[in-house]
Amino acid sequence: MIGIIYYGAGNIFSLSAALERLKLRYGIINQDVDFDQYDRYIIPGVGHASPAMAKLTNTGLIPMIQATQKPVLGICLGMQLLTNFSEEGNTLLTGIIPLKTQHFDPALTNKIPHMGWNKVAIEKRHYLLDQIKDEEYFYFVHSYFVEFSSNFTTASTEYGIKFSSIIQKNNFCGVQFHPEKSGQAGEQLLINFAK
Amino acid sequence: MLAKRIIPCLDVKDGRTVKGVNFVSLQDAGDPVELAWEYSRQGADELVFLDITATHEHRKTIIELVKSVARQINIPFTIGGGIHSIADADLLLNAGADKISINSAAVKSPVLIEQLASAFGKQFVVVAIDTKQVNNLNLVHLSGGQIATEVQTEDWIKEAEARGAGEILLTSMDHDGTKTGFDCALLKKVNNSISIPLIASGGAGNEQHFIDVFQQSNVAAALAASVFHYGTIAIPQLKNKLRAHQIEVR
Repeated sequence: MIGIIYYGAGNIFSLSAALERLKLRYGIINQDVDFDQYDRYIIPGVGHASPAMAKLTNTGLIPMIQATQKPVLGICLGMQLLTNFSEEGNTLLTGIIPLKTQHFDPALTNKIPHMGWNKVAIEKRHYLLDQIKDEEYFYFVHSYFVEFSSNFTTASTEYGIKFSSIIQKNNFCGVQFHPEKSGQAGEQLLINFAK
Repeated sequence: MLAKRIIPCLDVKDGRTVKGVNFVSLQDAGDPVELAWEYSRQGADELVFLDITATHEHRKTIIELVKSVARQINIPFTIGGGIHSIADADLLLNAGADKISINSAAVKSPVLIEQLASAFGKQFVVVAIDTKQVNNLNLVHLSGGQIATEVQTEDWIKEAEARGAGEILLTSMDHDGTKTGFDCALLKKVNNSISIPLIASGGAGNEQHFIDVFQQSNVAAALAASVFHYGTIAIPQLKNKLRAHQIEVR
């Protein structure tokens, strides 16, 4: 069963609604005593990296997340929190995946936030992408991105610059787009994560 | 590359869609959720619900509607109409709305844009603007275009961006309802002057109008209502046509 780590950054109505629609069982984790009963975790998140990291720290869950060997999926800001550092508020993050989160350069991309449907190009096969075609469209809304890395980038997207739309290290994955808002392809990704 | 978005707009009153909708496949053409599902199935990229409920008592129904849409629809949607405060927006966010659209309330109290952007993030705040030409000036109009202000549209758009709007939805009242095409010249000028996405609205009558607006003004998205509701334009065919003109769509 999926545990959604709820730390107060953004609402989780759409995510929980998508899981219900797909008949994927989940519960909400608010504090450390709730953590162990789940066999996989989703870290959602929308908003600014600095207050979000402070809120996540306040839950006391970070050491448990860092230590877990169960599958973890970060979504949007939840993905960025897995990296070392964000230029948004120059914030130190969990450091689970050794990458940087950077701001889109207005000189390269004339419209920020990056908002809408963009292609996700598969760099490495991964179970999250089972039955999802290469260059499928997913829905993005963000102003900061995780840098491209030949080690940790599972899928990439172009928006003025090539960035990581999916990252992975061991049992930890992150997706920059919103699978819960990305039509059937997004639903397939959530099913893949849950199975 | 980022795909151009096609956005059907639904007017909702007391929890039901208004204006005729003649999809033969629908059992109840007034049910916003059923209509939303049909549009998402056809390949709409996003939906806008405009709440035109007049009475305060019926405002509660919109929260229930937003929840039903968020439960059942797997694409993003915006809700507009009747949002005057952080509290109004907070209820909609927690009911599952991806974005809110504010129009007259922002003109009357521009600081609302800053308050909403700082509370919920820029990406949550769409500033909708109705514009109409008066003596060769593009002026912001309120209450669905009925009331003229002295505010120049392009000035207001720049101010809205500076105050934290995440997106601009610009409706040309001169074109709206005419089915003669979008106001490509104005849209191009505005699009080049801002660094947030622009949604074109008003004037769509056929598929060529969508090709024109993307080719001529390079807006991020185009919104329309009646051409989709009455089946004049079917979204899958529209997207095929856009693709044939090298316009990237999902």
